[in-house]
Amino acid sequence: MGDNTILSVSGLRKYFQIKEGVVKAVDGVSFSVKYGETLALVGESGSGKTTTGHVIMGFYTPDSGELLYKGSYNLAVPMKKRSLELKRDVQIVFQDPGTSLNPKHMVKDIIGLPLRIHRLVNSSTIYNRVAELLEFVGLGEEFMFKYPQELGGGEKQLVAIARALAPNPSFIILDESTSALDVSSQAKVLNTLHKIQKEHNLSYLLITHDLGVVRNIAHRVMIMYLGKIYEEAPTDEFFGKPLHPYTQMLLSSIPALTKEDEEVKPKGVESVGEIPSALSPPKGCRFHTRCPFAKPICSEREPPDIVTDSGHVVRCWLYE
Amino acid sequence: MLLRIDDLHVHYKSYWYVNQVLNGVWLRMDEGERIGIVGETGSGKTTLLKTILRILPQNSSIPRGTIKYREIDILKASEAELSKVRRSEIGMIFQDPMAALNPVFKIKDQLYDVIKYKFLADGSNPSKAVLHEHALGVLESVSLPDPERVLESFPFQLSGGMRQRVMIAMALLSAGKLLLADEPTTNIDVTLQDQILRLIDKLVKQRGLSTILVSHALGMVRQMTDRAYVLYAGDIMEEARTGELLDHPKHPYTDLLVSSAPKISSRRIGEGIRGKLPDYRSPPAGCRFAPRCPYAMDKCHKVKPKRTALNAEHVVACHLYE
Repeated sequence: MGDNTILSVSGLRKYFQIKEGVVKAVDGVSFSVKYGETLALVGESGSGKTTTGHVIMGFYTPDSGELLYKGSYNLAVPMKKRSLELKRDVQIVFQDPGTSLNPKHMVKDIIGLPLRIHRLVNSSTIYNRVAELLEFVGLGEEFMFKYPQELGGGEKQLVAIARALAPNPSFIILDESTSALDVSSQAKVLNTLHKIQKEHNLSYLLITHDLGVVRNIAHRVMIMYLGKIYEEAPTDEFFGKPLHPYTQMLLSSIPALTKEDEEVKPKGVESVGEIPSALSPPKGCRFHTRCPFAKPICSEREPPDIVTDSGHVVRCWLYE
Repeated sequence: MLLRIDDLHVHYKSYWYVNQVLNGVWLRMDEGERIGIVGETGSGKTTLLKTILRILPQNSSIPRGTIKYREIDILKASEAELSKVRRSEIGMIFQDPMAALNPVFKIKDQLYDVIKYKFLADGSNPSKAVLHEHALGVLESVSLPDPERVLESFPFQLSGGMRQRVMIAMALLSAGKLLLADEPTTNIDVTLQDQILRLIDKLVKQRGLSTILVSHALGMVRQMTDRAYVLYAGDIMEEARTGELLDHPKHPYTDLLVSSAPKISSRRIGEGIRGKLPDYRSPPAGCRFAPRCPYAMDKCHKVKPKRTALNAEHVVACHLYE
C-alpha cells in the first residue's frame, strides 16, 4: 500500500438477516482511495453502493473485511467505538437536503453544531467561522439567519456541504448528494465540490447512479452490481473504453444530450431485464442473467480480476 | 391542429394566498407530433398536463385562457364531453406508479375498471371473461411477461419496471389520439429507463399517437421528441425543434440550463443558475426569470416579454430579442 492511500478496503462483506433470508448487500468488495482523489462508486438501486458507504461511516459494522484509514485507524467498528478525532475526519453528505437539515434550526446553528461538538473554535468566534464556511461554498453571510425552508434545493445542499466541511475532514462520502437536485443547482454544487477538494486536498467517495456526474468530477470509477465490483478504471479510460458488458449497458442506456455524447455510447448492447433480488443472487457472474454475451462458464464460476496496462480492472470471462 | 393552448393561467388557492402558477402558457401541436415540455421541479409542468385533462385539484382556478383539443373547447366542455375525451382520446402516464396505482386493489381490478367503462360507454356490458381477455391483451402489448400472474398481483408485489409497464398499459387504454407522459421514468434506474422509453416509442409509432412528454431530463427530451417548449415558473420561455433548442438555445434560461447538464463526453460543466424559483404567491411582475438572469435589464423586472419569432419554428420570450 502506497503512502498516498487514505482508505483501503479489502474483502468487505455486509449481510442483512431478514424474514425471507439473507440479503447479501455487499459481498466481497475491495478498493482504495488516495488523498485528494474522487472515487466514484456507481450502480443501480439495490447494488449495495450505499451500504458500502454506510459501513465506512460506521452506521453498520461489516460482517467481514478490513477497512484501514490513514494507515492506522480501523474503520470496521461501529460509530460508538470510534474516537472523536476519527469521527471528525470522516464526513458524509446525504441525498436529500430537505430531510437532512433540521427545519427548526437556522443555518448558523446547523453549521455551528459540529464546530461546538469538536471544540474547533472559540465559542465567541463560532459565527465568524460559520460565515467563512458559507462564503467558501459560495453562499453569503446573509444565509446565516435563514431556515432551511427559505432555501432552494441547491442552496440547502450547499449548507449540508458546509456542515460536513466544518470539522475539517479529510474524507467525505457523497451519497447521491446531487441526485435530488435540478440540473441548474446540481452544476453549482458540483463546481463547489470540485473547488473545495482542490483547496483542501479532500478525498471523496462519490456514490451515484449518474454517469454524467461521474464524468465531471471523478478521477476513478468503480461499477458495482449486486454487491460486487465488476469494473474499475480511471475516468477517461472508463468512458473511452468501457469493458464490462454491464458497464456498456449502463452507458448505452443514457439518453444522449449531444452528438458527442451519442458517440461515447457503446453500440450493440441493448438494455434488458432488471436487477435480481440480492436475496438469491445468480451463481457465477451475477450479471450473466442479463448479459448478451454470456457463456456457459459465466453461470458457473465467478470471473477473475483481469488487469490491463492502463490501470483498468474488469471482472468478466470475456477477457480471460 | 390537434391541440392549441392560448394564454393559459392556472392558480392554486392555499389558506391565505393565491399561488399564481401558470402565467399565460401557449402551445400548439399537430396530429402525429411528439412534443416535449422541459422544466425543472416546480415549474408547472404537471399542472399544465392536468389542465389539459381537467383533473386539477379542487383548490385550483383557471382565470384566463383557452385549450382547444380538436373541436372541443376543454375549458368550457361539459363533464360528459370531458369523460369521453379522458376515456378514449387522451391518456396520461403519471409520474410515480406507486402513487398512481391503488395499493389495496389487485392490478386486475384496476385494469378491469378502465376496460369496463370503455365498453359501457359504447353501450355494451362486458362479461368477466371478456374483461379478462382484454386485460391480458393489454398487458401483453407492454411486453409484460406472465400477464396472468401480474393481473393477480397487488402493486407492491411487482417490480418498479413492471408497475411502470402497467401504468403505460392503462394510459394506452384511453389514449386514442394523444398520450401525455409526465416524467414517465422518475426514480427508475437508467437501464430500465431505456427499456421503458423504447417501449413507449414503439407503442406510440404502432398506434400513430401524438405525445406530450414532460421532463427535466434534457437527454430524454432530445431522444423522444421533435419539438419542445421550455417552461420556467409557469411561463413558456422558448419553443423550437428539439435539436435546435438544445444545440442553439436562445433564451438565457435555456442556455444556462443546457450548459448545466453534465455530459458523458466531456468534463465541462456550466456554472449553474444562482437563486431559486420565484414564490408563486408574489411572482416577479416582468419576466419571471429576471431575478436569476445574468443579462436582466431594468425593463425585464417590469414588463413581461412578448413572444418573438426568430424564424418560423423558433420562438423566444425575452426582451433581449425584442
